[in-house]
Amino acid sequence: MLEIEIDGKTLQVADGSTIIEAAHQLGTYIPHFCYHKKLSIAANCRMCLVQVEKAPKPMPACATPVTNGMKVFTHSELAVKAQKGVMEFLLINHPLDCPICDQGGECQLQDLAVGYGESASQYQEEKRVVPDKDLGPLVSTDMTRCINCTRCIRFTAEIAGFMELGQSFRGERAEVMPFIGKTVDTELSGNIIDLCPVGALTSKPFRFSARTWELSRRKSVSPHDGLGSNLIVQTKHDRVMRVLPLENEDINECWLTDKERFSYQGLSSAERLTKPMVKQGGEWKEVDWSVALDYASHALRDVAKTHGGAAIGGLLSPHATLEEMYLAQKLLRGLDSENIDFRLRQSDFSADGKRKGTPWLGMKIADIGRLDRVLVVGSFLRKDHPLVAQRLRQSAKRGAQISILHSADDDLLIKLAARAIAAPSQLPAVLAEVVKAVAELKGVAADPALAKVGAGLVDVNAAKKIAASLVSGSDGGKCAGILLGNFAQQHPQAATLSALAQQLAGLLGGSFGFLGEAANSVGGYAAKAIPTAGGLNAAAMLKDPRHAYVVVGAEPELDCADGAQALASLTKAAAVVVLSPFKSQAMLDYAAVLLPVSPFSETSGTFVNTEGRVQSFYAAAKPLGEARPAWKVLRVLGNLLDLNGFAFNSSEEVRAEALDGQPEFVSGLDNGIDGATLNLTASPNGLERVADVPIHFSDPLVRRAPALQQAADSAAPTARMNAATLAKCGLASGDKVKVGAGGTAAVTLPAQFDAGLPDGVVRIAAAHADTVALGAMSSVLSVEKA
Amino acid sequence: MTNQNDMLSPEAIKKIDREVAKYPADQKQSAVMAALVIAQDEKGWLSKETIAAVAGYLGMAPIAAYEVASFYNMYDLQPVGKYKLTVCTNLPCALSGGVHAADYVKEKLGIDFNETTADGRFTLKEGECMGACGDAPVMLVNNKRMCSFMLPEQIDKLLAECK
Repeated sequence: MLEIEIDGKTLQVADGSTIIEAAHQLGTYIPHFCYHKKLSIAANCRMCLVQVEKAPKPMPACATPVTNGMKVFTHSELAVKAQKGVMEFLLINHPLDCPICDQGGECQLQDLAVGYGESASQYQEEKRVVPDKDLGPLVSTDMTRCINCTRCIRFTAEIAGFMELGQSFRGERAEVMPFIGKTVDTELSGNIIDLCPVGALTSKPFRFSARTWELSRRKSVSPHDGLGSNLIVQTKHDRVMRVLPLENEDINECWLTDKERFSYQGLSSAERLTKPMVKQGGEWKEVDWSVALDYASHALRDVAKTHGGAAIGGLLSPHATLEEMYLAQKLLRGLDSENIDFRLRQSDFSADGKRKGTPWLGMKIADIGRLDRVLVVGSFLRKDHPLVAQRLRQSAKRGAQISILHSADDDLLIKLAARAIAAPSQLPAVLAEVVKAVAELKGVAADPALAKVGAGLVDVNAAKKIAASLVSGSDGGKCAGILLGNFAQQHPQAATLSALAQQLAGLLGGSFGFLGEAANSVGGYAAKAIPTAGGLNAAAMLKDPRHAYVVVGAEPELDCADGAQALASLTKAAAVVVLSPFKSQAMLDYAAVLLPVSPFSETSGTFVNTEGRVQSFYAAAKPLGEARPAWKVLRVLGNLLDLNGFAFNSSEEVRAEALDGQPEFVSGLDNGIDGATLNLTASPNGLERVADVPIHFSDPLVRRAPALQQAADSAAPTARMNAATLAKCGLASGDKVKVGAGGTAAVTLPAQFDAGLPDGVVRIAAAHADTVALGAMSSVLSVEKA
Repeated sequence: MTNQNDMLSPEAIKKIDREVAKYPADQKQSAVMAALVIAQDEKGWLSKETIAAVAGYLGMAPIAAYEVASFYNMYDLQPVGKYKLTVCTNLPCALSGGVHAADYVKEKLGIDFNETTADGRFTLKEGECMGACGDAPVMLVNNKRMCSFMLPEQIDKLLAECK
């Protein structure tokens, strides 16, 4: 520890701290632009100049390490004179266009100019003008305002993993730009808007729509991936105008993914359902709530009476709140139906009934950064969990070894220690090889069930390399983590992958867990929204059509493992009651009644994130039109059906009943499976489908966000194959191909070369209208030239 | 990235490899300046494709290579004539007739700075200090050949040489 005196106050700081860090510890503000705690030190704006005793000239606080006994004066005459001088230089080329600048009112330069700027400049010559750049559909530029702090450049290089921006040219002509003809395509690009201390980079969707002081702010929680990023939702006249990150070091740090930042546009989509609707004689009619609720309760009661409760199935979106899920399962169980599930994209349910608890991350999110060896199994990590990928990227820079076992070698922009890329059907066998190799390295006997696996089938060397990396960690792998991604959880042998990961973690003494696919992937278990004995899971209740369905917040044709089957079963059903914030053509075709419910921004509720953290939030805006919070709708439906235990006055009461109080973390988190049977057969013959859920198609809200739909990540699906597979099918990249799945209607897609895929695999995105007809996410496909 | 390497000839790659070998294996991008010089010698100028190919070969972001290429004067981001004449106009040269030398060339060739003669033979550039202030005014031909004391008759001689 070092002792430092800042403005007469002494404090102890850690070795290696800089003056600005020490000052922050003390609560003393030092003006700055280029310094950011999460980025490397550039020291190029010079705004943080302070006086240091015995130093002949002012020193930049962000780049000056503290020495013992140092005396710093942040507001002395010398310091302020230096800061004012810097401000004058910064303003030489900065246009004074604050009245027409979107950053006005929340601009660091504007704020500091009030404190350090003069009313007139000595500079009388012409100011420079810098051409604007096209950074894509999300970030708008006014490069003349740029003060060249390089925060955005350092962000793309250090946090997002690939330097998409740079400072070209020199001196007065220096300008921040992407490479010629390129845009900023990272899934974290929106953060450069927050980082920009001036109005050079602003939000394109939000541009010119409101002033910061006109907006009300509400804390909220992201309804998208399992991380549960903390949000500030900003509204004007009950319309969400913008979403910003709320800093939470344990979850999202100070970042947001573009999906979380810009999905709010979907909240005011033209497809919002604003009035209850019922289908009468094939015609849709807008009706009053009472009529619609009566209609829905009668429909459900009739089916329950004539066919029994088991004739009803409940499909809940994993993005629904805990309260919604809890009331929905209570409603269905009240109707004597055990058919309730939120795990819509899962295809292997063999672990149900054997689980020791709720599957979760297996550690705290913040602990991901403390792992020194990580194996990611079955994950499009950068697109499915961008902020987890970001944490692992920083770990890798600190020396952690990251490996991946997956069916597609997408560039994670992380330095990988080892990788094994295998067809989906071979993933369990490769993971088994990793387990065997670790057992061998540790000198213990592996599970005998694994003995006959793999011989000649899989890439044993890659598995051995992963094992060697895992074992080389501290204490032989005690700080190792195995993370199972969405692809592993949706895999037809998910339980086997999970059991193997458990064995692997056991051998290493490390931990394993699941990267939660959706905002409430853990919350669904906590809300008991899963079938117990005798009930049908999501796949089963669609495979074996029910007479009636209750759908909450989901679009089953896009959100289920087999969209085509979901659509067929829903169309066949006598009554489908849909609670949704949006309407779609498919919904109008299969539903009997549409109840408009609030999206996350218009309801109070709770998401339980992948580490089991209970995060509740309030509504940020009034419900649009006649939409109402889904928990209220379900409560009234429960009352109308004369079910017991629906006398809730607030979502907090629902939460208290669902979670038995108000815990910080849900109880019963356990990834263990009792008596798992390993299914290690690699069955498929033919072209296996690798289905990713593209980042901007994963849930109904983001699918309706127009700016995100124009982003590079939202490109139309293609049939991606490696060179060998293309050659085998007699195709060239760009050919139109007809893709079929066992006799069902084929879809026509362009073929695309993808060097990162294993042989015998065709990668086609799921959750997209163009590929719904292909059916199951894991299947064997036929591909021929169209 | 590999397909971009068609941009560079095997000879150029061989030369770049020689430069890369001078640095630690994980610091390949240290060779970017030399690699850009080699690429420019081969192609005549640095197109964005060439820069991307060099960046790809060195495992760095294209914009990082572009930063270097746009920073230094001797990299040409636009096509140049057969002979690129660079006249130093920094202070010591300017005091010793650098500007006059440039004016003379302009008049002789009928072009201004950053322009190329209609026959594609000459491009005129304004240069930064070439480290030979005692020889002012100085000029550089195609980045490689240094010409000292460039008074009008020397310039005439030089222009006559450049066929």
